[in-house]
This record gives sequence, structure tokens and C-alpha cells, in this order.
Amino acid sequence: MEHIRTTKILHHHIASVEKLALTTSGCPLVIQCKNFRTVHFIVPRERDCHDIYNSLLQLSKQGKYEDLYAFSYNPKQNDSERLQGWQLIDLAEEYERMGVPNSHWQLSDANRDYKICETYPRELYVPRIASKPIIVGSSKFRSKGRFPVLSYYHQDKEAAICRCSQPLSGFSARCLEDEHLLQAISKANPVNRYMYVVDTRPKLNAMANRAAGKGYENEDNYSNIRFQFVGIENIHVMRSSLQKLLEVNGTKGLSVNDFYSGLESSGWLRHIKAVMDAAIFLARAITVENASVLVHCSDGWDRTSQVCSLGSLLLDSYYRTIKGFMVLIEKDWISFGHKFSERCGHLDGDPKEVSPVFTQFLECVWHLTEQFPQAFEFSEAFLLQIHEHIHSCQFGNFLGNCQKEREELKLKEKTYSLWPFLLEDQKKYLNPLYSSKSHRFTVLEPNTISFNFKFWRNMYHQFDRTLHPRQSVFNMIMNMNEQNKQLEKDIKDLESKIKQRKNKQTDGILTKELLHSVHPESPTLKTSLCFKEQTLLPVNDALRTIEGSSLADNRYSEYAEEFSKSEPAVVSLEYGVARMTC
Amino acid sequence: MEFAELIKTPRVDNVVLHRPFYPAVEGTLCLTGHHLILSSRQDNTEELWLLHSNIDAIDKRFVGSLGTIIIKCKDFRIIQLDIPGMEECLNIASSIEALSTLDSITLMYPFFYRPMFEVIEDGWHSFLPEQEFELYSSATSEWRLSYVNKDFAVCASYPPIVTVPKSIDDEALRKVATFRHGGRFPVLSYYHKKNGMVIMRSGQPLTGTNGRRCKEDEKLINATLRAGKRGYIIDTRSLNVAQQARAKGGGFEQEAHYPQWRRIHKSIERYHILQESLIKLVEACNDQTHNMDRWLSKLEASNWLTHIKEILTAACLAAQCIDREGASILIHGTEGTDSTLQVTSLAQIILEPRSRTIRGFEALIEREWLQAGHPFQQRCAQSAYCNTKQKWEAPVFLLFLDCVWQILRQFPCSFEFNENFLIMLFEHAYASQFGTFLGNNESERCKLKLQQKTMSLWSWVNQPGELSQFTNPLFEANNLVIWPSVAPQSLPLWEGIFLRWNRSSKYLDEAYEEMVNIIEYNKELQAKVNILRRQLAELETEDGMQESP
Repeated sequence: MEHIRTTKILHHHIASVEKLALTTSGCPLVIQCKNFRTVHFIVPRERDCHDIYNSLLQLSKQGKYEDLYAFSYNPKQNDSERLQGWQLIDLAEEYERMGVPNSHWQLSDANRDYKICETYPRELYVPRIASKPIIVGSSKFRSKGRFPVLSYYHQDKEAAICRCSQPLSGFSARCLEDEHLLQAISKANPVNRYMYVVDTRPKLNAMANRAAGKGYENEDNYSNIRFQFVGIENIHVMRSSLQKLLEVNGTKGLSVNDFYSGLESSGWLRHIKAVMDAAIFLARAITVENASVLVHCSDGWDRTSQVCSLGSLLLDSYYRTIKGFMVLIEKDWISFGHKFSERCGHLDGDPKEVSPVFTQFLECVWHLTEQFPQAFEFSEAFLLQIHEHIHSCQFGNFLGNCQKEREELKLKEKTYSLWPFLLEDQKKYLNPLYSSKSHRFTVLEPNTISFNFKFWRNMYHQFDRTLHPRQSVFNMIMNMNEQNKQLEKDIKDLESKIKQRKNKQTDGILTKELLHSVHPESPTLKTSLCFKEQTLLPVNDALRTIEGSSLADNRYSEYAEEFSKSEPAVVSLEYGVARMTC
Repeated sequence: MEFAELIKTPRVDNVVLHRPFYPAVEGTLCLTGHHLILSSRQDNTEELWLLHSNIDAIDKRFVGSLGTIIIKCKDFRIIQLDIPGMEECLNIASSIEALSTLDSITLMYPFFYRPMFEVIEDGWHSFLPEQEFELYSSATSEWRLSYVNKDFAVCASYPPIVTVPKSIDDEALRKVATFRHGGRFPVLSYYHKKNGMVIMRSGQPLTGTNGRRCKEDEKLINATLRAGKRGYIIDTRSLNVAQQARAKGGGFEQEAHYPQWRRIHKSIERYHILQESLIKLVEACNDQTHNMDRWLSKLEASNWLTHIKEILTAACLAAQCIDREGASILIHGTEGTDSTLQVTSLAQIILEPRSRTIRGFEALIEREWLQAGHPFQQRCAQSAYCNTKQKWEAPVFLLFLDCVWQILRQFPCSFEFNENFLIMLFEHAYASQFGTFLGNNESERCKLKLQQKTMSLWSWVNQPGELSQFTNPLFEANNLVIWPSVAPQSLPLWEGIFLRWNRSSKYLDEAYEEMVNIIEYNKELQAKVNILRRQLAELETEDGMQESP
């Protein structure tokens, strides 16, 4: 072995551990991770394998929040630094940026003590004309008390994206306060009197909910609403869709046909497209019709978060910056109570609550970066890193299921916020092709014809290096951008030195010191820019040459089974497999 | 003036042109012998110049007296012409049909084309076999050029000059030719300088049902083996197909007669199966109404990417034999003019850094496709829209280009050329003003006197002004063997070809430009730094001189 690679896997990242049938070389152990890494181990002794298996099962499933990594993670910061980190994203500031409060919208203190809605944040923005009794009344008519509130305000159009949960309408129930609140929202838009109510569920699901006393708005009871279903499936459909997708992609020696038929039958890209189409509907309602939109699903914390955040991202270029994207996640996901801990399975809980809702949001953003390579300040690596950390439990941001729970956990005192760490490292996540000046990208209008949706290899096979391009254009351009900055500096240095020299020459003064300070050739010029193994997530890896040249290439057996016999069969040479023996 | 008879209506006014990504244009339609021209006669509006030979199929329909002709091009573009007047429309349609399906090669545009540029380097002489041979001859003396086919008598589809083992004389070659399909005796395709291993290619051996053998054939291919070494024969057909070929007089090398060779079968599809695959794929890409499930299932059903994977896998296997196993190989299918050439040429892309440069790639196409006798005229006669399917039509060359694109995508800094270069080659293989891709082999090209009567594509491409659009700004030469991944997750659809006319690439193009700008700026800065550094050094030496006395 020329070099020993160590593979580190966070216990929190373990999604499943599986012991396979004993083989001649040992007992195979397969670990599936939440970041879609799959690791195969061969443990020579079955007894050891069993022990490891049991330990991993226990370690990967924690019973209580306090046992999660975030509570022991210590980046060596003092209290004030930590607090500063938590203050980096300030939602009050964000609403101010959007232009609220204003003459139509105000900050409501109705939920200051989480009395009306436990899963909402304390600070909520509502139409100025909506009185507290109306809010309270409406909240009683909405699932989990999640009454309609402002999610995004479009300053130019004076139109708003609002969010809520489904009404408890059943087959005929109505609520005057709720009707009033919706009217108040449409009145808060001085340009357009009608507003859209977007139910993100498939119509059938919404109708089924009526039997349980829930349901959707009856157009007859609300004045000036236009009701619309957009047909995004529920968390259970999404969970099994992803499962199917991963199953197909984990198949050994996958054929092209199996790949595409698996992609099709998993329905994954269909779901992604549905989310995207819904977001486009929102953006169009605002930009084309100048109409406000109210979005809900059942509880208003999954599909509603997806659609509201993606819709805002299409409308507002701020959310396409690194900082803005953090703000967007804080606003529409964290503060509005997307149940991160349940959806990501942070604790040993109900597996039916786990669902890749946030992953889908990230994937939609990735598709946008593919269609608009210059519209985003951040790169794919940023999305992957965020995805890594919603599961890592290393930082406090994504722990818990709502703000109230987070406050009770005292996360701001006991854990650190992810955002300052990402911001500090932002160089790694910058998109070198980003063009901030251009106003063409104010509103993104993505093309959602089916062929635009591609399998996101870098997410679902992030760790299967052999599947990736062996040279990264992206890294090369990024390095070149860096180098250009260095060169610009060098030029300035050189120019000032020359000027100094010339002045001194005319003055006839010489200092020996200057003679020795000749700028040495910048070492960056000598290094090759492109032959670096592509790392999707920035890691402090030593730069290696392109993988194709190494003799240890593990696709050796993939081309021809004929040769594979000569290969030592300790570890199956499937891609994505760590060559490790314990 | 043969064309005048075919053009019933040379000119129609008030024709409206619809084409992807452009607003409709109204103008005058003109038909010439080789072009369909639409001119709006307004300033600044681009005119349409379409080669008749680029037209794959046309549809016409009428609403009242307004006729509409839908033109489907071989490059997959679809354009629509609204023509007032039924008679005019019918005349135009029938003229286009006649002009786009001319029987005689000598009536094709390349025989009439007069270049508007000055020929600096005549492409017909850019890649002579003798020069190519010299690249090897410094490293080995085991090979020689043979002129046995100088009058195309031994093998009709081979060029006059081929490279063969030095120890085999022309007489033996003649005998071997009678034992190989189409007279295609084994010849050198590639010499791997690193270890002296070679790729040879040929037609299938004509063993027939009674297991005919040919001592000279065995001697020829054994002559390429080092003492005690084994070689591999890669048959691009499945064992089944190869066995069936015996009934028609073909077959494969029997172990008993070729004990030093191990045979591997790698099935690559051919002919109509490929053509149908292309038709299905283009159809799937053109229908924008498909929902996700339908799109994915259509993409799958086309099997296009399966073919890509098969071809790449075989090429990787060949390269692996050479570079990893240190063994020479012989590649053939049936005729040795299609899948064989896909494999030999792609293996070279993987193994040989030179073939990843612009000139090297041109030389590869010249050597492994044109001179090696890939029947371009037959294979590229029609494209994805034509209804009259002929069994000899097949997108073999397009599949090769797609495979190259796949490798280029995986190693974006290892190629001197960019995607545009591959797209350009695809276009010219199907319709061109140049003579390069006319004819099916060197013998036909000689008879057509292409060198004297037409212009070579390379004469145009290799002008510095043209080359810039085909140059990859990311290129950094490397001498490595590059192993592509053949997993389905690594083999996307070639959007630059198949979605080219179906979605706007504006934002992608702008991003590409930005990338080029960054690279250009980098060069500029480096140059400036160097100048300043020199300046500073000069000043310092001056100072030093002043100081020393």
C-alpha cells in the first residue's frame, strides 16, 4: 500500500447497517449513509462483525437530542463568538429588506408566546387590517393553528407570497375570520384584487382530507380567490420514491435500460418537476398577473416550504447569493417549522416521518443552477455541503422540529450555528461564473420540459468518484479566478516597485534592501490547474493527478469480466466501494 | 444545366420562415441547384442558406391556398416555410425533394463549390500514410508500408498503402486477403509506443461451416506477437452472431488454429438497429409534450445510450488489453468497416494523447474512418427523419462522435478541441460543401477525382481563423491514458446534438463565454506580469551597474 486512506463516517450519517451472508474472506457489512454514501466492509471474523454491527446500530440512533454531536462539538470559540454566529442571519432584517412592515403589512405579536401556533416563529407578518381576533379565529380554522402569514413580499409588484396549513373545512364548515384574513391579504395588494390559493397537494388527497374534517377552500365562501391544485405528492410517496431511486442506482453492473426504467418508475424526477412547476406558478402569478398567492398543503411545513422558498428564489436574486440562500432556508424552512429532526431522522423515531423533502428543494435549486449557470453566487458544492449538515447534527440549526422546540433545547447556548462556518469558507462555494451585475436574471424562468431534468449524479453518487468527470472544469475556473486575483495584486506590486525604482533612480538614491526584494516568480503560475481530482465537497485533500492514470483504478473489472478473475476478491469492486478491511 | 429542369419555381415572394429560437421572418424564397435560400431583403436579418443535401425529409400541408412545407434536416433541425399559393408550394416541394435526393455524386455541391478563402494548406495532403508511418518508424522496425493494394485489386475498401508486419511479404498478403471478408486482411491500426503493443483490424475470417484455415493468416497475426506472449482477438459480435456467420461463409478464429490468441466477444449493434435507435431518440427529443415518465421511457426505449455504453466498453477493453495486459489485439466484426472502426478509433482516443489534439483527431478520422473504408456515402445517406429506410444507413459515425463527446465530458481538459468540433464533423459527414466525406472508400474517391475536383474539409478547418471556434480553452496536454467511466450515471444524453434545436442554449453559451473570458484574462495578466518582471529586473541591473563603479 502506497498510501492508506482512512474513511470517516459520522455516526449520525448512518442510515442503515446491513450484515450480509458470510463469505470465504469474511463477513460483509454494508453501511448506507444519509449523504448517499455506501460503504462495504469485510470483517474477517463473524463475531467481530456482529459486535460492530450492534454498536453501529446503537450509535447511529440516538434517543435524545442531548446525545447528538452538536452538543459536544467544540470549534474552540468563546461564548460571544458563538452568539455572534447565531446572529448572523437575522430574519427581522430580512423582512425589512423585503420592505415590510409597510402601509399594508405589519408585524403581529399574536404568536409572541407561541400561544396561537406552536410550530410558527414568534414574529409573524400579517396584513395591517387583520385584527388579532381575526387571526385567532383563523388559526382555529387551520390545521395545527397555522394561519395565513407572509412568506415573501415582492416590493415592486406589491404582491405577496403567503403560507398556511389546510383549512378545517370538512365538507361544509366555514370560518368568517379565515375568510376575512384571506380578504385582508388580497386587499393588501393594491394592484390586483384577486389572489391565488394554491393547494400543493393532488386534488384526490385534498378531497380525502375533507372526510377527516380538513380539506381545502371553497371558492364560493371566499371572495376574490382563485383556487388551484398543483399536485405534489406527500412525504410517504417521496420517501419511497427516493428509496427506489437509490435501490436502482446501487445495483451492481447497472445497465442503461435498467437505469432509465428505474429512474422512471421511481418517479423522482417527476416529483422534482412538480415542485418546480408549482414554484413557477407562484412566480408567474406575481410577475405576470401581479396577484398575491397563498400556499398550503396539509400542515404547511413540507410542500409549502418547498414551493414558497423556491418561488421566492425565482423572484428574488438575493436568495441566489450565499448569504441570501442561508436567509431563505432560515426563513421558509427553519423558522416556519419544517420538521428537520423528524424528516432527517436525527433521533430514533418514527421511520414514517422521514422524508427527503429538503433534499428535493436542494435538487430543484441544482436544476436551476444547471439552466442558469451565471445566476447563482454559489456552486453545487454549497448545496452538497448544506445537505451534508442537515444530517450531520454537528450544528444546531437543523435540530428540533420548530422554533419553540429549539428554544427549549437552548440550542443557541449549547450548540453552534452552521452559517458562519460556511460563510468563512465561502471561497469554496463560490460560483466562478456568477454574474451579479446583470439584471437579466431578476426573475428566473426555467424551462420545465421533461428533458431538462437530469439525474443529479453528484448528489446521489457524491462519493463514487469513478462515476464523476475526472477533471473538473469548475475547479479549474475557480482556481484561475483565484489566480487572476493574485496576478492583479502582483501587477500592482510590480508597478509600484518599478515606480519606486524609477523615482529612486532619478533621485540617485539606492537602497540595498530593494535589490533583494525582487518578487520571486509566483509559484501559482507553475502549478497545473486542471489535473486535480475533483472533489465535490471541498476537503483538504492533497491534490492528486487525474484518477484515470492510477493503476489502482477500480473500474478495471468493469469493462471485461474476463480479467476480473485475476483481481483479489477481498472487496467487491463495485463503484462507490471503499477498499477497506477491518 | 441539369438543375434548371428540376427547379420549377425558382422564386416565391412573401414566404414566411419559422425556425427554432428565431422570430418568424417574411421574405423571398429562392431555389438554386444546391441551396434553398430565404432572404428578407432587410438589413441585419440573417438569411437562411440551406444545402439541399442537408434535407432529410419534407412534409407539406395546405390550409386553403396557403401551403406549408416542413423541412426536416439531417442535423435534426426542423424548419417551416409558409408559402402563399398552392401551385408554388407544390412546385417548391417537388423541387426540394428532387434536389435533395440527387443520384449522382458528381452533381453534389462539393463539385460546384468554390471556396471564398485562400487555401494555405491543402487538406488532401495533410495526412499522408507515409507521414503517419514515420511517427511509428522511429520506435519500431517490425512494420513496413505495403503498396500491394495500390490499384485497389487486393481489397476494394482499403487505401493503396497499408501498414503490415515487416516479415510478411505482399504475396502472403494477397493470400490472406482471400481469407478475410472483403479482402480486408489484418493491418496495423495503432502502435502503442509505451510498450510496443499494437491494435490490428481486419474483416472476419472466411472459415465457413467446414472450418477453413489459412496458414498465411495465422502467420501474419502471429508475426505481431512477442515470443511467449499471447494476444487478444476482440470480435465485435456476440458469439452467437459470429457462429451464425459461418453459415454465410464467414466465421471467427478457431482456438485450435490460433493457439496464441484469446478471443473475446463484445456485442456491438449494427445497421438498421442503430438507425432505428437514432430515429426513436430524435423523435423522443422533439416531442416537448412528453411528461416525465414518457420522456424517460422513450429515452430508454431508443437504446441509444445502451449502444454508447457497449461501444465505449469494447473500446476500453481494447485499450485495457494494450496498456494494462501488455497484449496486442486484433479487432474485427463482420466487414470490419463499422463497429471495428468505432473500437479501434476510440481505443486510440483513450491511449494516445495525440489523437486528442485537433490535428491528431483529424488524422485519426482520416486514417481510421476515411482510409479504413467506412462507407460514409451509404451510412450517412439519410438521417433520423427519412421514411425510405435502406439497410445500409446507420449512424455509426455519429455514435463514435457521441462516444468521443462522452470522454471529452469526463476529461474536459484533455482535449484540444471542443464540442463544436464534434458537432461540425457530424454536420459535414451528412451534408457538406467539401469532398472529404463523399464516397465509400479510397477507391471510389480516386475514381471521383475528389482531390482535383473538390475541396477538402481540412483545408477549411485548419485555417487559424476557423480553428479558434473549435479550440478547447481548457486544454492542457497530458500524456496519460484516460479511462472513462461507462456506468449509465456517467453517460448523459448529448444535448448539444439532440436537444440543440429544442431548447435555447443562450444561458449556457453565455456561461461558456464567461469561462473563456476568465481564461483569456488569465493569459493577459500572466503576460503583463512577465513584462513587468523583466522591466524591474532591467532597472535593477541598471542600478547595479550604477552602483558598482
